[in-house]
Amino acid sequence: MQLQLQLIVFLPLLAAIVAGLGGRVIGQTASKVVTTGSLMIGAALSWPIFIQFLGGHAQPQVVDVLKFIQSGDLDVNWALRVDTLTAVMLVVVTTVSSLVHLYSWGYMSEDPSQPRFFAYLSLFSFAMLMLVTADSLVQMFFGWEGVGLASYLLIGFWYHKPSANAAALKAFVVNRVGDFGFSLGIFGTFLVFGTVSIPAILAAAPGMAGSTIGFAGMRVDTMTLLCLLLFVGACGKSAQLGLHTWLPDAMEGPTPVSALIHAATMVTAGVFMVCRLSPMFETSHTAMTVVTYVGAATCLFAATVGTVQNDIKRVIAYSTCSQLGYMFFAAGVGAYGAAMFHLFTHAFFKALLFLGAGSVIHAMHHEQDMRFYGALRKEIPITFWAMVAGTLAITGVGIFGIGFAGFWSKDAILESSFASGSVHGTVAFYLGAFAALLTSFYSWRLIFLTFFGKPRWAGSEHIQHAVHHVHEDQGEMASDHDSAHDHDVHAKTGTAGYHPHESPWPILVPLVLLSLGAVFAGQLFHEYFVGAEGGEGFWRGSVAFSEHLAHASHQVPVWVTYTPLAVMLIGLATAYRNYIAKPDAPAAFVAQFPSLHRFLMHKWYFDELYDAIFVRPAMWLGNLLWKKGDEGTIDRFGPHGAAVAVGVGNRLTTRLQSGYVYSYALVMLLGLIGAATWVFWWVR
Amino acid sequence: MIGVNHYLTVAAILFTIGVLGIFLNRRNIILMLMAIELILLAVNINLVAFSAFLGDLTGQVFAMFVLTVAAAEAAIGLAILVIFFRRRGSIAVDDADRMRG
Amino acid sequence: MIAVIAFYLFAAMTIASAVLVIFARNPVHSVLWLIVSFFSASGLMLMTGAEFIALLLVIVYVGAVAVLFLFVVMMLDIDFAQLRSGFTRNLPFGLLIALVLLAEIIVAANARGAGQIIADKPPEAAQPNIVALGEAMYSRFLFPFEIAGLILLVAMIGAIVLTHRSRGDVRGQKVWKQVDRRPEDAVQNKQPAVGQGVKL
Repeated sequence: MQLQLQLIVFLPLLAAIVAGLGGRVIGQTASKVVTTGSLMIGAALSWPIFIQFLGGHAQPQVVDVLKFIQSGDLDVNWALRVDTLTAVMLVVVTTVSSLVHLYSWGYMSEDPSQPRFFAYLSLFSFAMLMLVTADSLVQMFFGWEGVGLASYLLIGFWYHKPSANAAALKAFVVNRVGDFGFSLGIFGTFLVFGTVSIPAILAAAPGMAGSTIGFAGMRVDTMTLLCLLLFVGACGKSAQLGLHTWLPDAMEGPTPVSALIHAATMVTAGVFMVCRLSPMFETSHTAMTVVTYVGAATCLFAATVGTVQNDIKRVIAYSTCSQLGYMFFAAGVGAYGAAMFHLFTHAFFKALLFLGAGSVIHAMHHEQDMRFYGALRKEIPITFWAMVAGTLAITGVGIFGIGFAGFWSKDAILESSFASGSVHGTVAFYLGAFAALLTSFYSWRLIFLTFFGKPRWAGSEHIQHAVHHVHEDQGEMASDHDSAHDHDVHAKTGTAGYHPHESPWPILVPLVLLSLGAVFAGQLFHEYFVGAEGGEGFWRGSVAFSEHLAHASHQVPVWVTYTPLAVMLIGLATAYRNYIAKPDAPAAFVAQFPSLHRFLMHKWYFDELYDAIFVRPAMWLGNLLWKKGDEGTIDRFGPHGAAVAVGVGNRLTTRLQSGYVYSYALVMLLGLIGAATWVFWWVR
Repeated sequence: MIGVNHYLTVAAILFTIGVLGIFLNRRNIILMLMAIELILLAVNINLVAFSAFLGDLTGQVFAMFVLTVAAAEAAIGLAILVIFFRRRGSIAVDDADRMRG
Repeated sequence: MIAVIAFYLFAAMTIASAVLVIFARNPVHSVLWLIVSFFSASGLMLMTGAEFIALLLVIVYVGAVAVLFLFVVMMLDIDFAQLRSGFTRNLPFGLLIALVLLAEIIVAANARGAGQIIADKPPEAAQPNIVALGEAMYSRFLFPFEIAGLILLVAMIGAIVLTHRSRGDVRGQKVWKQVDRRPEDAVQNKQPAVGQGVKL
């Protein structure tokens, strides 16, 4: 397994270097093949590892690669660790990444800088794989920063768009805030435990429970402090409430990027980190409470904002944010298995939803506003069915032991939080149930707006652009048909004569494969992830799996088990009524609650708040330091000032050179007199 | 009676007038050259006075050399003035600032 | 007695004419006042017994240098109307400086040592002044004398070279070209056929 692990992790790096640096030399197609191939090999090697862990045949292993730092007490090595948790993440990362690579063949086919794109995708995959196979906190941090970097590069891939640049910067800066907390956590951990090696820390963690440490002049509980600092990092990376503002703007990047990074892998790094360090979190009740509340709040917040979005990608982005909240509050109540299970299934159906949305966008000539969609299910059927599969998965459709993926994982979370019996767990349950209602509502709203109703894309600028220019790949103009057919080709109202076409095969194949995952993943694997007996045998210490909690979650009252189904049906019914039966209802509702609508449209005014509190003062301070500090002081007394002083002195001195001989004579005379006076008065 | 001091005083006053003439004149460059001649004259008077009162001929010999050099310098100076006038068309002092820094 | 009066007369004339050199409005007048100044200085020197120098002053300075000045002044077509008669802003300052200088020189001149030598009249020379001067010049000061001659030569050549200009419509000789020409370049022997011209 050692060789396989190294191949899985390092092939994408190699591919990224080859495509990134040599893309111009080897050509576009070769770059695409090399990068996609490396990830597919990785996926092909990861599934057997995962299945070995499923069967309970595999032992956790560590593969030492290289020595890194050995300085005093700090001993850090590059090492790849594989255990159950890693195996789950390996499968998720490599599968989704390879499918996204393949998808990008079709989606980015007209882009001029494809080698760069694929190199970035592979670089990201490498960093994520380093993160999940990390044996030490420093290596995890390396992977953490690496995915942040790749995210920045990919969000700003279309760098000539100023909005993309701004979004990439926002993502990086907000992540940085989280990373600061993470770094402090690592420092604190090293201070307390004397090592950054994860197994050593986890083994020593229970021993530290209840001790205190001095922080900012106060005595606080050690483990609580460490866990909260580490959790701040997780909040940044996983876009939890407070550090979430970057995720919606990250939709400026191409859709494959959104699918890979902002749905399946990078944003789940926070959840992974919390689960990996679960023994630490178990020692601090306060930290877990905080995690639960933050997760539940995020879950609710994102769901409310997602209901009013008009951009198809933003809806799915807020959906991601909300589902991450679920994973966090599952971890907060101690149901780490459920959290990882939801991560696993969510990767599949969220990536499916994003890639499906990308297919819709591709078919609609880059139009992303759902108000210009409608009646697409006849035009792009495969995409339609894939999106429906994803929506069934996310809303958790299932009953009596048969269900789509989300049914298993989301229900497991809600049941566990109820079963935990604690205050925060119960609050999280109710919030999560309400969020599930909203999730169902906006997910079905998306489907109904996009695929049902009447075609509304005539008013779209992108469509107008497509109609008036001939494109070979998609969409036909009505004029093409006019000669052959006659009357049935008159543009249907609202279409402006544009016919969306199904996407090419590199786009459809991943959709189909992910649909299989969305449909069956929950059914096939729930026993291992969250089952009381199967779970213990599966996880075997890689996360702090609580058999007791798993048992309790299967013994909750019946109304708890049926709550998710009930809220899902309510959401579906509301969406149906508002968008199919009575299409004027939404407008009437908005007219009745204008301030609520505005509050949600402005995303609870977080961006404005942050702008006022952080951005403006920072810009002001930066400006001040730049103008007054750097230019006014350092430069003025330094290089620039010295240069100017030379010039000024020069100009003053040249005034002595008037060019007139008589004034030179005068000066000479003055000198003579001065010398004579000196001789008289001093030398006497 | 008349001592060497008197001659020296006369020479000093002449010298001062010559110096004043150099940087007080705003009129023409020839005036400057003439002021230089005055200065040299003052020096000559000094030399001759000392030579007479010390009984040493060196002063007079040197006065002769000063005379020679003064003549040569006047010639060259005027030649330069002539060329200057040819180029500039005027000998006003204020126009002679080509060496300005 | 006469000597004293004569001295003061000559001194006053020298100084007065020097002042007038500076302040005269007409440059020709300035030169003329300069000549008067030279004459008076010559008189002063005569009184000390340096006859040769005194007369040399008249012959060379007045006869050559001042006349040269006159020539130049008259040659340069100076426009009187343009001449500014105002003095520079430097006047108070310059005057102050000059007075300081004067004071210092006088004080230095009257300091110890110089004032001891007082004589009614300079001692009678053994020889006539010019003879003594000649003897000194051609023996002790021969080398500087020759150098002085060279200086004059250089000045003469310099003045000519500076002001010489060639005029386009005057035919001159380039002697070096003439000397440099060889007979074979100057003369060609040709045997023209009868009735034919010569092609050069």
